[in-house]
Amino acid sequence: MSQPASLLEIRNLSVDFQTAHGLFRAVDAVDLDVAEGDLVAIVGESGSGKSVSMLALMGLLPWTAKVTADRMAFDGRDLLTMAPRERRKIIGKDMAMIFQEPMTSLNPCFTVGFQITESLKTHLGGGRAEQRRRAVELLDLVGIPAPETRLAALPHQLSGGMNQRVMIAIAIACNPRLLIADEPTTALDVTIQAQILELLVELQRERDMALVLITHDMGVVAETAERVVVQYAGQQVEKQTVEGLFADPHHPYTSALLSALPERATTKRLPSIPGVVPGQFDRPAACLFNPRCGFATDHCRREEPALNGPPLPGVRCHYPLSHGMPADHPGKVEEPA
Amino acid sequence: MSAPATDRQKGRQVLSASDLKRHYQIGGGLFAADRVLKAVDGASFTLTAGKTLAVVGESGCGKSTLARMVTLIERPTDGSLVLNGVDVTAAKGETQRKLRQSVQIVFQDPYGSLNPRQKVGTILEEPLVINRKMTAAERRAAAEAMMARVGLRPEHYDRYPHMFSGGQRQRIAIARALMLNPDIVVLDEPVSALDVSIQAQVLNLLADLQEEFDLAYLFISHDLSVVRHIADEVIVMYLGHPVEQGPRAAVFSNPQHPYTQALLSATPKADPTQRHQRIKLTGELPSPLNPPEGCTFNPRCPFANERCRVEPPRMLSSQGSRVACHAVEEGRLPQVSAA
Repeated sequence: MSQPASLLEIRNLSVDFQTAHGLFRAVDAVDLDVAEGDLVAIVGESGSGKSVSMLALMGLLPWTAKVTADRMAFDGRDLLTMAPRERRKIIGKDMAMIFQEPMTSLNPCFTVGFQITESLKTHLGGGRAEQRRRAVELLDLVGIPAPETRLAALPHQLSGGMNQRVMIAIAIACNPRLLIADEPTTALDVTIQAQILELLVELQRERDMALVLITHDMGVVAETAERVVVQYAGQQVEKQTVEGLFADPHHPYTSALLSALPERATTKRLPSIPGVVPGQFDRPAACLFNPRCGFATDHCRREEPALNGPPLPGVRCHYPLSHGMPADHPGKVEEPA
Repeated sequence: MSAPATDRQKGRQVLSASDLKRHYQIGGGLFAADRVLKAVDGASFTLTAGKTLAVVGESGCGKSTLARMVTLIERPTDGSLVLNGVDVTAAKGETQRKLRQSVQIVFQDPYGSLNPRQKVGTILEEPLVINRKMTAAERRAAAEAMMARVGLRPEHYDRYPHMFSGGQRQRIAIARALMLNPDIVVLDEPVSALDVSIQAQVLNLLADLQEEFDLAYLFISHDLSVVRHIADEVIVMYLGHPVEQGPRAAVFSNPQHPYTQALLSATPKADPTQRHQRIKLTGELPSPLNPPEGCTFNPRCPFANERCRVEPPRMLSSQGSRVACHAVEEGRLPQVSAA
């Protein structure tokens, strides 16, 4: 995973939020490499820091957030030390983002056409006729029927799926090399979700664009991604290829999450994970998953496992699972059903 | 909680609806005529104690309106709805008040459905204050018993909803729905706001409670993998019309209506080795104010012909289910393997 020519390189990214009760660490030591034409999914439950880490990359977090990283580079250029003016030239042009709620992410006061040409104006220039032609082309590309007439439409006149297509059109307007899609289909119906996912993957393939897909839906991951990063409570707990992750999850959290899916259930009772994701005040010591983990030992409660260290690189666990059984586990372990 | 389900027989039919309709008059404005929105247009089903009927469909298909009619929040504009042998379309006053006690609802968003100014104890006791003659001590005992049943601790009695996580709040909402010992619980997307790991906990709780209290569930959802897990019987709705209705196994392993097939095919499967070509549905849900002529699905249906564009299909029995589709009736659909 350490090819030097990667498009996006993030090392040890942490985000702390200033709250009334002190600092809260939302993202903890996240590493990510995305190569040109890559399709990576970041999956996790709410509060796992998947959106915040990408917002930090885009520079979209409020001032209460403190972003620290050893390295955060796009195409070899360091985003941390770059002047804001320079950074704005990259963001929205080479690196674009699609947000979850298409209805609230678009400005209700401006026409769809205006909002698409806005980024063209800022980053590419060109005459108004040229921009308009490009906007029509973009709407056509994302599959909106009668694009010429839709340019004058306001967001409230379009459905959720159409608005999400407009969001995608805005994001790909300047031919970005990296597209971050933050839960792009969560607010949409399944038949529309299928259309939007297909569109995103098609765009990624045709343009050799890198796509980072943030989602909580394991089904969406399985259907689209090539590589998967699983996050839990701000930390990356497992990195794998999509086939590997679903066939043989190594982290107990990933394994438990997959078996909690109704469609993978074999019995009427679903195997659920006890407890909840830790918040600001109940963060456990050492391994963050230990209070909910069936395999946790004193070692897990004392010493924090490393993501890339032994026993298994790419899994933040002292006793990574292999086909449902933990390796080198000291205590008695119940045979998983 | 009074002795649960002692006077009830297993497998008792608690509710039957036939040709249920709910139309809304929409004011057309100063110069336009009033228009009629057919939110639900002809649904027939029964609810049985201890069984789950799931209603699936995309947004705008009328599944929530159906839930509101069963909960007696909305009165059907046409058709009959018989609850425990009493026709509720005609019920008024005291009869209606009594009937309402036997149907309770759990809403989708546990953040919006609990009063932030009430403590958990107050929330749970409110149905008893209104509907039962009980002393404060009896009410408290009933509330605490129910809390223990849904997995809340006794010390939660004096806490406010904001102190709980989403999953725990949904437990409070479920406990509140069960306080009056209802026959029917309407679950309107009860787990779609929850994370996967919490969703499994709540689904397990619902299954346990159904068994213990012999409840009939009307389970509204857009998530087919959850429905496949929990339902006994399934209704698929499209634009106010049921398009396919039948036992779970029949609907999921042998979907017959083109819409059901597309819906199943569009649902992502958590198995990367089974990436498949999806049945593509082009276009979007038409406006329910201006539904297409004939079969409402015809503009998006790959098998639509002239008859589909003119004549609305009727629900007909077909291979163990009931399907409203001309193509199925005429047998001109290509056979597809189970999605």
